[in-house]
Order: sequence, then C-alpha cells, then structure tokens
Amino acid sequence: MNATDPLLTVEDLNVRFPTRQGVIEAVRGTSFSVGRERVGIVGESGSGKSMTGRAILRLVRPPGEVSARRIDFMGEDLLSLSEREMRRIRGHRISMVMQDPKFSLNPVIRVGEQISEAYRLHTRASRRAARQKTLEMLEAVQIRDPERVYQTFPHEVSGGMGQRIMIAMMLIPDPDLLIADEPTSALDVTVQMRVLAILDKLVQERGMGLIFISHDLNLVSSFCDRVIIMYGGRIVETCRAAELDKAEHPYTRGLLAALPRLDQPQARLDVLERDPAWLKEQSVVAHV
Amino acid sequence: MSDAGKGKVPALEISNLNVFFGHGESRFQAVKNVSFVLPEGASFGLVGESGSGKSTVLRAITGLVRDWSGTIKVAGSTLGERRETAFYRQVQMVFQDPYASLHPRHTVDRILSEPLRLHRIGDIDRRVLQALDDVGLPRAFRFRYPHQLSGGQRQRVAVARALMLEPRILLLDEPTSALDVSVQAEILNLLTDLRARRGLTYLMVSHDLAVVAHMCEQIAVMRLGEVVEVMGVEQMRQATPEDAYTQELLRASLGYDRDFFSAHMEE
Repeated sequence: MNATDPLLTVEDLNVRFPTRQGVIEAVRGTSFSVGRERVGIVGESGSGKSMTGRAILRLVRPPGEVSARRIDFMGEDLLSLSEREMRRIRGHRISMVMQDPKFSLNPVIRVGEQISEAYRLHTRASRRAARQKTLEMLEAVQIRDPERVYQTFPHEVSGGMGQRIMIAMMLIPDPDLLIADEPTSALDVTVQMRVLAILDKLVQERGMGLIFISHDLNLVSSFCDRVIIMYGGRIVETCRAAELDKAEHPYTRGLLAALPRLDQPQARLDVLERDPAWLKEQSVVAHV
Repeated sequence: MSDAGKGKVPALEISNLNVFFGHGESRFQAVKNVSFVLPEGASFGLVGESGSGKSTVLRAITGLVRDWSGTIKVAGSTLGERRETAFYRQVQMVFQDPYASLHPRHTVDRILSEPLRLHRIGDIDRRVLQALDDVGLPRAFRFRYPHQLSGGQRQRVAVARALMLEPRILLLDEPTSALDVSVQAEILNLLTDLRARRGLTYLMVSHDLAVVAHMCEQIAVMRLGEVVEVMGVEQMRQATPEDAYTQELLRASLGYDRDFFSAHMEE
C-alpha cells in the first residue's frame, strides 16, 4: 500500500434520526477520504461533524440510521460487516478519543488496568507483557511517573493527564486510523498544546491516519494537513489547512471573520449571515 | 477609553484580596494578594487557566464567597462582609453557562422582572419590554421559557437581567465560552454596544486571550491564585509580555506550533 492511498473512503454518507416532528438529517450525502495524514473536520454545533466520526465506527445508536454507498476501510466495507466483525475493527484498527476523559474511563478501575485490558483484548498478551507495554505507552505520552499513574483511579488525575491516558489506551493496539472528537476542548490551552504535541508525534512516528474533529478553526488550521468544513450536515468546503485563510465559501469566510484575533484588532466583529441556500447546495467531495 | 475617568473616583478598586476555601488543614488559598483598579468606564480582563482564581475574584466581589480578606471599594465606598441590597444596583454579574444560570421553570418575563420586584421598582411592564429591545430580542420572547431559546438568545436574556437594575459595573464570567463562534461574535458586539451606550465598566474573565484582547484595554494574567502580569492590550497583541508563563499562554492562543510545543511535551 502506498503512503498516498486512502485508508478510509466514504461515499455518500447519510445519518438520519426519525423524530415525531419528522426526520432530522444530521449528515447529508458527504463523501471524503483519509490517508496517512491529519484531516480536520470543523463546524459549529449541529453541523454533523461528530455524527460523521461515530457513523464511521457504526456507533450511531438506534433510532439513528446510517446509510452510505460505501465506507471502505483498507479494502473492507464497514457497512457489510457483522457486529462481531466490527468489534475487531473498533479500538483495534480504528480508535476513537472523545472530548472528556472523565466520561470515557471507568471510574472504579485503576487506569493502568484499563489500558492493559484494552491491549489484552486485542493481542491476547499475558498480564505481565500487557503491564510492561502499558508502562511504555504511559511513558510515550510523556507521563513522568508511569508506575504511580498506573495505580491511580480516573478521579485522581487531572484533565490533561486523563486525556494522555485516553490517548495511551487508544494507541496501544497500534490502530491505522485514529478518530479524535474534540480531544482537547476540555483542557486549558497550554495543556491542550502539550497533548496535541504528543498526538502529533505519535501519529507521525506510527504513520497513522488522523481524523481531528473540532469547532476551533484556528487550532485545526494550525494542527492538520487538510481541512473539511461542515455546515448543516454537508461539506461546504475543503482545502489544505495552511490555505484556510484563502477559503472561498461564504460560510467559511463568515466563521473566520467572526473570530476575534489577537494579531488584528477590530472595533466590531462580523456577524455571520446564514444563507438558507447553503442548506440546499450539493455536499463538496473531499477526497485525498 | 483608556484614560476614561482619570482623576475621578475609580469604579472598582481591589487591594490585597485573598480568598480561602475549606477549613483547618485543608484550608486552601485560591486568590493571593490580588490588587487592581478599574477607572469609571474601563474594561479590564482577567485571564488564566482553570484553577488560577480568576472567577473566584469575581465571586468575591459579588459576595458569593464568604472567606476573604482585603479591601474592595465600589465607587469609593468600602464593602463590608455582607453585600447590601444597594450594592446590586451598582454591580451585576453575567455567568458562563446560559443553560445553567436561568431558572428553567421561569419565563423570560419572570426572570427579567424579578430584580425589579426585589428592589421595589415600578413600571415593570415598560422596563421588561425595553430590556428585550436593548439586547436585541423580539418582544414575543417575553413569555417563553429558557428551553425554548437558543444558547445565544439565553445569554442575551442573562445580559438583560443583569442590566435590569441599571448597574454601573458588569462582572462578566466567560460570557461566551459556551457558545459557537458566530454566536459569540453577536454577544461580544452586544456587550461592546451596551458599554458604549451606557458608559458601563466591565470586569471580564476569560480563558480566551483573543476575546479578552477584543473587549478589554488592560489585562491581568493570573496563575495559581496570583496576578503574574498586568499589561495593556497593545503589549498583549504584540506578544511582548515579560513573564514566561504569559508568553506560553499567548503562544498557545495563536494555534498549534509544532516546533515550539514539541519541545514542551512534559506534564
């Protein structure tokens, strides 16, 4: 497989929620692919960015419905797999890091044991080997005293430490693709940057693909290689991250203009005028 | 506005403020020796990360914490241990989360008229409608409940409530951090307009340096309960602070910088 070959190809993805008031379309016909690169998905609340991440792993709960022409992950069609086969993919080959470690870790199990368990589940390694691997992984996420942290419970660690632990747990089975949904939004900025540096290093060293879901345009454009901008369940625009300031779609431009900037003072901020026509446009295709 | 009110009595003056939480051995000092002065009409920002004590300063001013020492003066008069009713005609607060700060079972009408009733102010009907106009909400929203409003509309109600008693000083505790970028812009513009129109004095707390730079002329950086640096907005925009922590905070606010942060990965 070439470095430029996509790991994941999604064609015409739709996520719908039937409600008493009618069907809510959370994702409407999006197509994109991800190679061994960092792809950012940005949008405001309700844009469908998180649902996109969940739909890939088939984690959308009923009554939500996911449909697509195909979701191809390294030659396998994820939509046609059984639930049992899907468990082989989840966590093992595609991992997911969520926003708040407090809700992702089991509160009554020591963090070291949770990471070891994740490893043993996918490799059938011995307890001793899993423990060893866990300590190495905690060190890889720059935790200074892995032996001590191994023995702690989730409530005893800070937010930044918790997110390091989550990243260790998600990366220990050595997945090909990591989906990170607002992985640092609950953290302080300086802690956020440290966690991102770790994620950045690990993704590069291991040659993983990364889908980075965030509301923060600034962060995504500085951290990712490529950006996908979503609005109302559709992809309105896609570009190289470094060229986000040259974005053309009025929604993207509006978002950028609404953001106060440290380097450029403005008397008033531009307010985004939403054009109903944006909701009728075709979703832009965002392949590698 | 930076020389607003020079030579007059400052709107707010804090000297050697200390705030403690807990008792006995677990007594913890959340704010240490904080002092600053806000001239009438000024806008002052407090930035820092979680646990830096920035919100606790606001809570001490407004009387929401008991265990504090130091001096707080509002328009020249020193505050006692308890806040008098008249204090709330001068100082009001807007909280971070508009989903939590409005009573879920009170209508907008009741939320806005309650301060007037508590302070025995008449003419409620006209004042409530005027308040809705002032914050740019349709009058038809008067009998809605908070859950029938969006996050931005709720924050407008919270701002309107804070203005019902026509205070001189607004304490703004992360007023837009729970909102989307485009909604944040609307609320920040509203706050800018209201300040210009009414000559209000703002004390704003935020973790977002760009937001504070947009709103304030002077900024104090807090860390672990202490003010580590006070700077003018120009100094902050040019990123020439003296303190090392302030520098890192500014750097982080500009986005991810691979070369800089890969050297700072440790806890």
